[in-house]
Amino acid sequence: MAKWGLRLAALVYLLFLLVLPVSLVFWRTFEHGLGAVWKQLTEPNARHAFEVTLKVAVLAVVLNTVFGVLLAVLVVRHDFPGKRLLNAFIDLPLAVSPVVVGLALILVYGKFSTFGGWLADRGIQVIFSLPGMVMATIFVSLPLVVREVAPVLEEIGIEQEQAAWTLGAGPLQTFRRVTLPAIRWALAYGVVLTLARSLGEFGAIAVVSGRLVGKTQTLTLYVEQQFQNFNVAGAYAASFVLAFIAVVILVVMNVLRPKEGEA
Amino acid sequence: MAITARNVTKRFGDFVALEDVSVDVPSGSLTALLGPSGGGKSTLLRIIAGLEQPDSGMVEIAGSDATRLPPQRRNVGFVFQHYAAFKHMSVYGNVAFGLEIRKRPKEEIRRKVNELLELVHLEQFAHRRPSQLSGGQRQRMALARALAVEPQVLLLDEPFGALDAQVRKELRKWLRRLHDEVHVTTVFVTHDQEEAMEVADSIVVIAGGRIEQVGTPSELYERHANDFVMSFLGPVTKLGDQLVRPHDLHLRNAPDDSTLEGTVVRVLRLGFEVRVEVVIDGVDLWVQLTREQVDGLNLEPGSVVHVQPARRGREPSVEPACIVGP
Repeated sequence: MAKWGLRLAALVYLLFLLVLPVSLVFWRTFEHGLGAVWKQLTEPNARHAFEVTLKVAVLAVVLNTVFGVLLAVLVVRHDFPGKRLLNAFIDLPLAVSPVVVGLALILVYGKFSTFGGWLADRGIQVIFSLPGMVMATIFVSLPLVVREVAPVLEEIGIEQEQAAWTLGAGPLQTFRRVTLPAIRWALAYGVVLTLARSLGEFGAIAVVSGRLVGKTQTLTLYVEQQFQNFNVAGAYAASFVLAFIAVVILVVMNVLRPKEGEA
Repeated sequence: MAITARNVTKRFGDFVALEDVSVDVPSGSLTALLGPSGGGKSTLLRIIAGLEQPDSGMVEIAGSDATRLPPQRRNVGFVFQHYAAFKHMSVYGNVAFGLEIRKRPKEEIRRKVNELLELVHLEQFAHRRPSQLSGGQRQRMALARALAVEPQVLLLDEPFGALDAQVRKELRKWLRRLHDEVHVTTVFVTHDQEEAMEVADSIVVIAGGRIEQVGTPSELYERHANDFVMSFLGPVTKLGDQLVRPHDLHLRNAPDDSTLEGTVVRVLRLGFEVRVEVVIDGVDLWVQLTREQVDGLNLEPGSVVHVQPARRGREPSVEPACIVGP
């Protein structure tokens, strides 16, 4: 009896929180047929929002992949003073609200701050443009690659790498031929998580982008704007795309997950 | 000398792993670094390989100073206790790794790898993954991988430590034969005195970060420098305040001027060997005898025996010194 009760509770919980809202989005999107959805999605502002989202997400994923692996190697393979502090910093984005992240970036890079003003004098605009949005996205998704890769690095140990050294392989060769293949599934998982987080980011982007329609508006910002302007159909169509990408990502993650054990 | 370590000192925090250690390893020899765990032997091996840096002192490999050389440029082969196999590569790929790094022609690599796989009897496993091999096979693969780059010295860190007893014994014999074939200067670390005695030409006993004694297996066994070396190289027991080998003691039924009277506590039959535990004046000792020797003595717990220490220099002998008195 208790077993069934538990299952029922879990199902009902998921039904009301997840299944019902998401399927409603899908249903409402296609209420008026595919043509209507296509029309909403090909709106110039919608298409621009896609573009911006893609740019920001790809840049953030690439940079976080490179620096995520570097940070993981640094934290696992090296000992240095301040290592625990660095470790804590890596987890900071998980604890801090994205809105605060956005505000903090404005404090440093905004036109009226010293550093931001100095950059602006040289024609570099960070806030209310792409660089700031990429930085905000990097900040909020920073821990994902590091926290996937670091435990695997820990687990595989350093002996394979040392064996490669004694066989004549330099640090880069060792990384490419020994370390990278060993962490590849964890890295892929971290990249997928980072991508999902980057596409869905709202709070930090909302503050940093200035929500300039047709300029710095991402898909999530577009959804909110359409909703507030009572263009519910546009909001649903864009939401559908975000949800659809999320589902694809979920499937990809589940394909990757069992392979973690093999690697 | 193939390897020379001079006044090497290494600390890890407060722990002194090696203190002013100097060792010479002659070219073509098979040397064991023997000692209890935590004694510094693995650290010395890793310093020779360049995987650790000494705090002071120097390392020479084949006559040139290697102290500051990175492991990549020392031309040493290193074999780890837990194999350190490249898990995502085939057995072939593992052995070929060092040659590929050196950008040798494909044909040469293929010939060399096949030759080595034959040498370690793994030719039919070339396309398997290391995870599909047994522990002994993995370690043989690791050896072939280390030998592929034709190292000046081969270093093995507890190479058989992770294997079960049967495989360990086989691999020991095999390593000895391999060395006789390949002749590369080899240093291996072990905490197993039997392994060191069976395989090595020369043994360096290391404990507490210092070298206790260096010599051939029989030199160490016959002329141990101190009680530590004696007790580490074989079984010992205490007669009075002197350490003796249990097989250097004899038991007699009748006393004479060289015997001490004791009482049998326990008779432990381990196949051919029999251990007899005896108490003399409240102090325990044990005597190692053969089954035949014991059969003639009629030993029971509680029976009185007379313990006779063998005179040094006459042992080990095959003469029936254990003959029991009338």
